[in-house]
Amino acid sequence: MSDNGPDKKLPGEEKSVDEPVEGTDSAPGAGLEREDAQPDEALDTVAQVPAGVHVIQTRKGMWSDGSGDTSGYGRIVRSVELPNAGLPSEGWYTGVTGRLLKLVPDALVRVVFDRGELTFFVAREKLTEVMGQLRDDAQLRFEFLPSVSGVNYPDDEGAELHVVYHLQSMTHNRRLRVETTAPDDDPHVPSVVPLYPAADWHERETWDMFGIVFDGHPHLTRILMPDDWVGHPQRKDYPLGGIPVEYKGATVPPPDQRRSYR
Amino acid sequence: MSDTTDFYAQPGEETQGTVYTAMGGDWAHIATEQAERSDEILVINMGPQHPSTHGVLRLILECDGETVLSIRPGIGFLHTGIEKNMEYRTWTQGSTFVTRMDYVAPIFNEVAYCLAVERLLGIEDAIPQRATVIRVLMMELNRIASHLVAIGTGGMEIGALTVMTIGFREREMILDFFEAVTGLRMNHAYMRPGGVANDLPETGIAQLRELIAWLHKHLPEYAAFCNENPIFKMRMIGIGHQDLSACMALGVSGPVLRSTGYDWDLRKQQPYCGYETYEFESKAWQPTDGWASSDSYARFRIRLDEMWESLKIVEQCADRLEASRGEPVMVADPKIAWPAQLALGPDGQGNSHEHIKHIMGESMEALIHHFKIVTEGFRVPPGQAYVPIESPKGEIACHVVSDGGTKPFRVHMRDPGFNHLQSVPIQCEGGMISDVVVAVGSLDPVMGGVDR
Repeated sequence: MSDNGPDKKLPGEEKSVDEPVEGTDSAPGAGLEREDAQPDEALDTVAQVPAGVHVIQTRKGMWSDGSGDTSGYGRIVRSVELPNAGLPSEGWYTGVTGRLLKLVPDALVRVVFDRGELTFFVAREKLTEVMGQLRDDAQLRFEFLPSVSGVNYPDDEGAELHVVYHLQSMTHNRRLRVETTAPDDDPHVPSVVPLYPAADWHERETWDMFGIVFDGHPHLTRILMPDDWVGHPQRKDYPLGGIPVEYKGATVPPPDQRRSYR
Repeated sequence: MSDTTDFYAQPGEETQGTVYTAMGGDWAHIATEQAERSDEILVINMGPQHPSTHGVLRLILECDGETVLSIRPGIGFLHTGIEKNMEYRTWTQGSTFVTRMDYVAPIFNEVAYCLAVERLLGIEDAIPQRATVIRVLMMELNRIASHLVAIGTGGMEIGALTVMTIGFREREMILDFFEAVTGLRMNHAYMRPGGVANDLPETGIAQLRELIAWLHKHLPEYAAFCNENPIFKMRMIGIGHQDLSACMALGVSGPVLRSTGYDWDLRKQQPYCGYETYEFESKAWQPTDGWASSDSYARFRIRLDEMWESLKIVEQCADRLEASRGEPVMVADPKIAWPAQLALGPDGQGNSHEHIKHIMGESMEALIHHFKIVTEGFRVPPGQAYVPIESPKGEIACHVVSDGGTKPFRVHMRDPGFNHLQSVPIQCEGGMISDVVVAVGSLDPVMGGVDR
């Protein structure tokens, strides 16, 4: 990003040693104790983070793509929402959210808890700082980054491209998902390779497949597709390819142009 | 010979720099001359068609003599666009695609995918017990088969050809069992969201008992061949060293992580499929008697130990399957479950005559339902899930996003080999070129999974 000036401190440097660490941080799965150790104000800040559902798409009709809707439901309009159950009162989830907000105020755009998985939506400007704290803080300590992947939501206006980081804390035995977004016309996200070297190839793959530029990546080149490939195949506007098959005078279109259910 | 005369230059072409021409003298003379220049850095392109790179892996090496100065892996030669293709198929058809990723451990791809879809469907608790036991059985047998390939091909690459031949012999026995259960040696598409495609055949348990006896008889051979073999140890010990902090930084898991002595096995740490109810140990390598840890030898020994642990689980599965004979292997909800309970015919094709009789001759509604669920599939509620499991190589995970449709919105597989290949430079740079083969073999990458 543009604010990556030389005067900006690395996330690891921002923490002072004399800052007291609450609770124990050695026992894996000790989420309950740590939650008790959280001051009430942290819980208040957690409550202020927007929750709510995330609308990714608005759909017309009920049944099919590629041909007229003969079901009679053709004019129904409904929105597709990614659900959010809200942070549970049990477990480590509130404690971790509160701790992160204490270290990085206004770090989170939205907190989503769904099907037992916690997701932090982070603005891309804050991503490096948040990931740095998640890795370094003794109470968070998400030291292992197994996977980075992209998702293209063409109808999510202003946030068409999502980058999803899956984090694993081996110290505390917890998993967390961090998600950040970028619009189609400015597909830039800061690289986390300086923090997590494991992200190197994953970010290259995400660039290759989605065209998301990871600023600060040491060598952002294509990894799966050939170097001279045009386009980014995993984007939704990229055709699947394939040729129509002709059989006894009838033509079967390629899979992405066929009439299909949804 | 002049250093600046290029015999192959076009007329008028200007020669720049030193020209190396290996001709017009005897080899010793040429070699001495090159040595005196002291700029003998050699760029070697190893692969993608090289027998020791486990498929189509390309390694670009810069060598000074036989010492590797820099090494860069190049991947993507087996990229088949599986993730993109899945977005145009139903959720059930997804099994057929993911099984082709890591083709040495296909069951793990399928289970990771199915568990993720089941989490999105919210039917994790509704999966029948017998289906879960079959999944565990197939996974653990597959773990043994995959480790046999890792040990066998790794042995072959350092000249221990017998390890390969006996490794593939045992693996073939396991694949025979897979064929009897799923109809195919590989690319099973046996795990389906909601359960498994069909129950064990009638002779399944008997064949499984035979297989267990066979493995008990033959698995000790690997330890006898290799563990104390001085050549084997000299080639393996201290090679491909990567310590714990490097593993954490580079996202390395599985036997490579456990070879550093850190006991991290998802079957123990974050149990899934009821692994907490089985009796087994996760194996981490503790250096003893001056043997180094974090190296190729430790990884070999861990794989050897893990095969025995897997065999323990397989035996427990066999007992449980005997006790649960006749119980369902697919979720009860007919809106998700595949309509037919298929039985494997002698031609290897699944079929169910009773079901065909029912839909063709007895019930119009059943025919409509069959048609709808097979062609249209089921809808999965919107949301995303990330389910990691412990594959023979490390953490394999499936990130699935659904928009509420009959097809996945996005599927991403986190393959352990993809991460592990990132650590080739840290393991090989500064070492000998012959050790590159050992280090890559100890990582056990399968390019089908890496490139997807």
